Amino acid sequence: MSNDILVITEHMDGKFSDVSFELVGKAKELAKALGGQAAAVVVGGGVDANVFASDSTIQVDDAALSQFNPEAYAKVVEALVKEKSPKVVMFGWTVTGMDIAAWLSARLGVPCAAYAKDVRVEGGGIVVSCQAYGGKLTAEVAPEGETAIVACLAGSFPAEAGQGATAAEKIASPVDLSGLKMKFIEMVKPAGGDVDITAQTKLVSVGRGIGGKENIELAEELAAKLGAVVSASRPVVDAGWLPRTRQVGKSGLKVKPKLYLMLGISGAPEHLEGMKGAELIIAINTDKKAPIFNVAHYGATADLFEVAEAMLELL
Amino acid sequence: MNIVVAIKHIPSIADDVPVKGNNVDFDSVDFVLNEWDEHSIEQAVLIKEAVGGTVTVIGVDLIGELDNALHLALAKGADKVVKITADDPAADSHMQAKWLSEAIKGMGANMVFAGVQASNDLDGQIGPMIAAYLDMPYIGGVSSVEANSDSATVNKEFAGGAGAKYSVSMPFVAGVQAAPKPPRYAPVSKVRQMAQSATVEKVAPSGDASSGLTFKKMAPPVVTGHAEMIEGSSKEVAAKIVELLKSKGLA
Ligand SMILES: Cc1cc2nc3c(=O)[nH]c(=O)nc-3n(C[C@H](O)[C@H](O)[C@H](O)COP(=O)(O)OP(=O)(O)OC[C@H]3O[C@@H](n4cnc5c(N)ncnc54)[C@H](O)[C@@H]3O)c2cc1C
Ligand SMILES: Nc1ncnc2c1ncn2[C@@H]1O[C@H](COP(=O)(O)O)[C@@H](O)[C@H]1O
Repeated sequence: MSNDILVITEHMDGKFSDVSFELVGKAKELAKALGGQAAAVVVGGGVDANVFASDSTIQVDDAALSQFNPEAYAKVVEALVKEKSPKVVMFGWTVTGMDIAAWLSARLGVPCAAYAKDVRVEGGGIVVSCQAYGGKLTAEVAPEGETAIVACLAGSFPAEAGQGATAAEKIASPVDLSGLKMKFIEMVKPAGGDVDITAQTKLVSVGRGIGGKENIELAEELAAKLGAVVSASRPVVDAGWLPRTRQVGKSGLKVKPKLYLMLGISGAPEHLEGMKGAELIIAINTDKKAPIFNVAHYGATADLFEVAEAMLELL
Repeated sequence: MNIVVAIKHIPSIADDVPVKGNNVDFDSVDFVLNEWDEHSIEQAVLIKEAVGGTVTVIGVDLIGELDNALHLALAKGADKVVKITADDPAADSHMQAKWLSEAIKGMGANMVFAGVQASNDLDGQIGPMIAAYLDMPYIGGVSSVEANSDSATVNKEFAGGAGAKYSVSMPFVAGVQAAPKPPRYAPVSKVRQMAQSATVEKVAPSGDASSGLTFKKMAPPVVTGHAEMIEGSSKEVAAKIVELLKSKGLA
């Protein structure tokens, strides 16, 4: 057992995601307070791994790891954690980190605090602040035992602190990766042909509060008047009311428009991940306790249909 | 094809989530079916319709009210429903995953589906933990599953509409993010009919595990900022927004 922190980084198409740098930055701070080292772990060879400000970086290079494979990645991470017995293993609570963090927790019988927004050192151990109930509650938890897994929401820490040039040590896979039950077949690229919401300066974004496909037209009209484009939260897309290309958030696109006008979106952490950098956020929601009001610049507790209709008359 | 779907009843987050001590006050919240479970039920039923098989829906009955959700699952096309009688709303995810995996062990499942996440708790996902306890591979963020004879072609989502296709040999556990089609609607009359005629199989919780997390505090988030609220009637709100946009050159 050590006081070290292991950060499981993530990359795609030869690039690390921001969350990897955010975690490395935080890990350095935690390691310093705990008297340990911050090590970055890069699973897969097809990326330049000499980019972190970590105390050390390990890159596991094996042909079976050239594309994200949940089974292979999980096995590699498990072997490394067993070998190094760090104090904390940090993941991003992302579409890839989510596949592994909780699995590892059950495999190793160690605690996992997911949805983490902050981690601090207290009395030689760590305390983790996690979002719960769609952002309506925050839980503070203290993991027991010698190793803990912490899976953090993207955007929780500054990325700059994790950027550096530590030379990575390349190693072969610590586990046998033959006989995997899961095989990567091919990437599926997003459907083209639709507008690119990441390139827009103004977005009118609709959530489940829009109620049905037939009401999208109202948002389209308002957007047209404003010179904006309509984007959406995930449930609107899952229901088939708008195409996937319009989705903002964790599993959608990240946008940073000058105006983000939100109609009937509650402000779940997964949505916020995609839009909290917008310059002007205005939210219309009938629930005065909707978490979006903690993030928006302007808000109104009002019916989106009434407000949208009235805006149309004025524009 | 034998598909097991784990479903979860969770406190509704549409309203206030009241806190008592270091946890949610489970007595004063409404419980609803986790929305991703609707998608995993739909995905399972779609596979059954395509290649035949049995869909078994299972849940830990945390508050003694799971039957409604199970009847709904039957009305949507599940063949069999099972509840683990726990009656402990504060049971942590590791414990529940253990109970579920013990109950699923003997079912001969080719595939186990869980929702990619539930919006209530924080110590992770039950899907990957069930996979770990059953020694099956796990793949999450799944947006479609096509069953072949002893493997499945699974689409996993990344961000921004990108994804990847995997071939996964059975048995495995998948965390369903979305079914390829919006979940079907079950008419109330059909749910009622199920409530009258169907049998819910009961299983006692077996096995033990712990999250290893001590709750120090549970409270509404410390708010660092708040929107400036625009007051007034909807018309007044609209007028003020338009004025604001004009002043910033955005309208
Ligand atoms: C792995 C993962 C990835 C995810 N990725 C994304 C993502 O990329 N993007 C995303 O958005 N979500 C994502 N989600 C889903 C996310 O957790 C939330 O479920 C989702 O953001 C909620 O969308 P919503 O706010 O539209 O719906 P809800 O949370 O249901 O909110 C609807 C809101 O509308 C309000 N409302 C209702 N009627 C009216 C009315 N007439 N006038 C005004 N207001 C009204 C309600 O008060 C409520 O606040 C993801 C989830 C997971 C697990
Ligand atoms: N008590 C439960 N009974 C059955 N399935 C559950 C239970 N809790 C969680 N699950 C499954 O695990 C998924 C993720 O939940 P969670 O791990 O709580 O975020 C849910 O969508 C269910 O499929």
